[in-house]
Amino acid sequence: MKTSITFTLNDREVTVDTLPMARLLDVLREDLRVTGTKEGCGEGECGACTVLVDGHPVNSCLVPAIQLQGARVQTVEGLAQDDRLHPIQEAFLKHGGAQCGICTPGFLVAAAELLAREPHPSRAQVREALAGNLCRCTGYQKIVDAVVEALA
Amino acid sequence: MTLIVSESPVLDPRTLAEALQLRAAHPEAMPLAGGTDVMVYLEAGVIDPPRWLNLWRLNALRGLSRSGDTLRIGALATHTDIGRNADAQTLAPALVEACRTVGAAQIQNRGTLGGNIVNASPAGDTLPVLLALDAVFELHSAARGERRVPAAAFWQAYRKMDLASDELLVAVHLPAPGAGDHTHYRKVGTRLAQAISKVVLGARVRLDAGVVTEARVAYGSVAATPVRCPKTEAALVGRRAGDLAAAADLVAQDIRPIDDVRSTAEYRRDVAARVLRGWLGTLTA
Repeated sequence: MKTSITFTLNDREVTVDTLPMARLLDVLREDLRVTGTKEGCGEGECGACTVLVDGHPVNSCLVPAIQLQGARVQTVEGLAQDDRLHPIQEAFLKHGGAQCGICTPGFLVAAAELLAREPHPSRAQVREALAGNLCRCTGYQKIVDAVVEALA
Repeated sequence: MTLIVSESPVLDPRTLAEALQLRAAHPEAMPLAGGTDVMVYLEAGVIDPPRWLNLWRLNALRGLSRSGDTLRIGALATHTDIGRNADAQTLAPALVEACRTVGAAQIQNRGTLGGNIVNASPAGDTLPVLLALDAVFELHSAARGERRVPAAAFWQAYRKMDLASDELLVAVHLPAPGAGDHTHYRKVGTRLAQAISKVVLGARVRLDAGVVTEARVAYGSVAATPVRCPKTEAALVGRRAGDLAAAADLVAQDIRPIDDVRSTAEYRRDVAARVLRGWLGTLTA
């Protein structure tokens, strides 16, 4: 049976009628048609579907809708402000941090959270913060370069 | 990707008392905390419970507190909560280290210590540490109130534990380290993050004037449950720092590893002993 869930998506309050065990990933993509967040493995291994819930990076394929009531959700769509890209996005462009692009929204969101928590991380801290995000094109060096520069 | 969505209803208590009543009334309901295991089982089609019991709103089960010599960790404390907690860093550094090797940030932010315990995977990263630190689990039921079970008696067989169908794990109690305690955590996997352990070690040795007076050696991924190593522990007691490493030869008698997709029994036996031997060799009086 569907239930009504209200939460904040990128600073805007939204209400959806959905199955309580529906995945946040599907609530975003199917119910709300906010499709920046991508599905990779669907089992919490790859980080492609990473979003922030109450400020923390999580795999949206593993979060059921019932646990979103009153939560604050931020997706890749929330990074840019009006026409200005987030510094992380600018740095990914400059360094070629995106190849096929499927993993990119998850990396951007995870990196943006690191920026908010740790203004001057070491390269090792960047790698640790992004260890849950897999890039099947294996473009890790450029991704780490981009994040290190954006946070410098 | 096949999309499997459970259409089963969700019980959604706000208080522990309410949750315990629902747990007793609906033993068929699958408890749901951070979802990092349960959601994977659901999506893989391994489980399809007729009802769910969402524990996520039970704020009383969150957080860590220190009272006297004991650290109390709420069952819903996430691995991140534990990893960043100052008391945990002081009193249980091995557990903090274990929490920081579970999955990666996305899993640590959602997965809970209680979930790791009752998921009861033989490969659960935090579980050997809980054995090494003599953790005690606080279980509650509506009918019988509270009871406590030491970690060493909790996991009874593969995914079987001392937890009744009307009980919930509410908290974990860790005694503060004693004088002379040395603790160690070591995970062996294919990579640092997002790897399920081939071998995981939690150990504690208490030295008094350079002699071992108490020893705990526990492993994951080498038996059907997380296990203590009684023969190895007994061999350690009475030995002198500097002459401990030979006790690791007994590990093979204490564990029962198997061949599986992640490793072989032979590798596990060899590496389990080596990681212990290596650490014991660093202990000096």
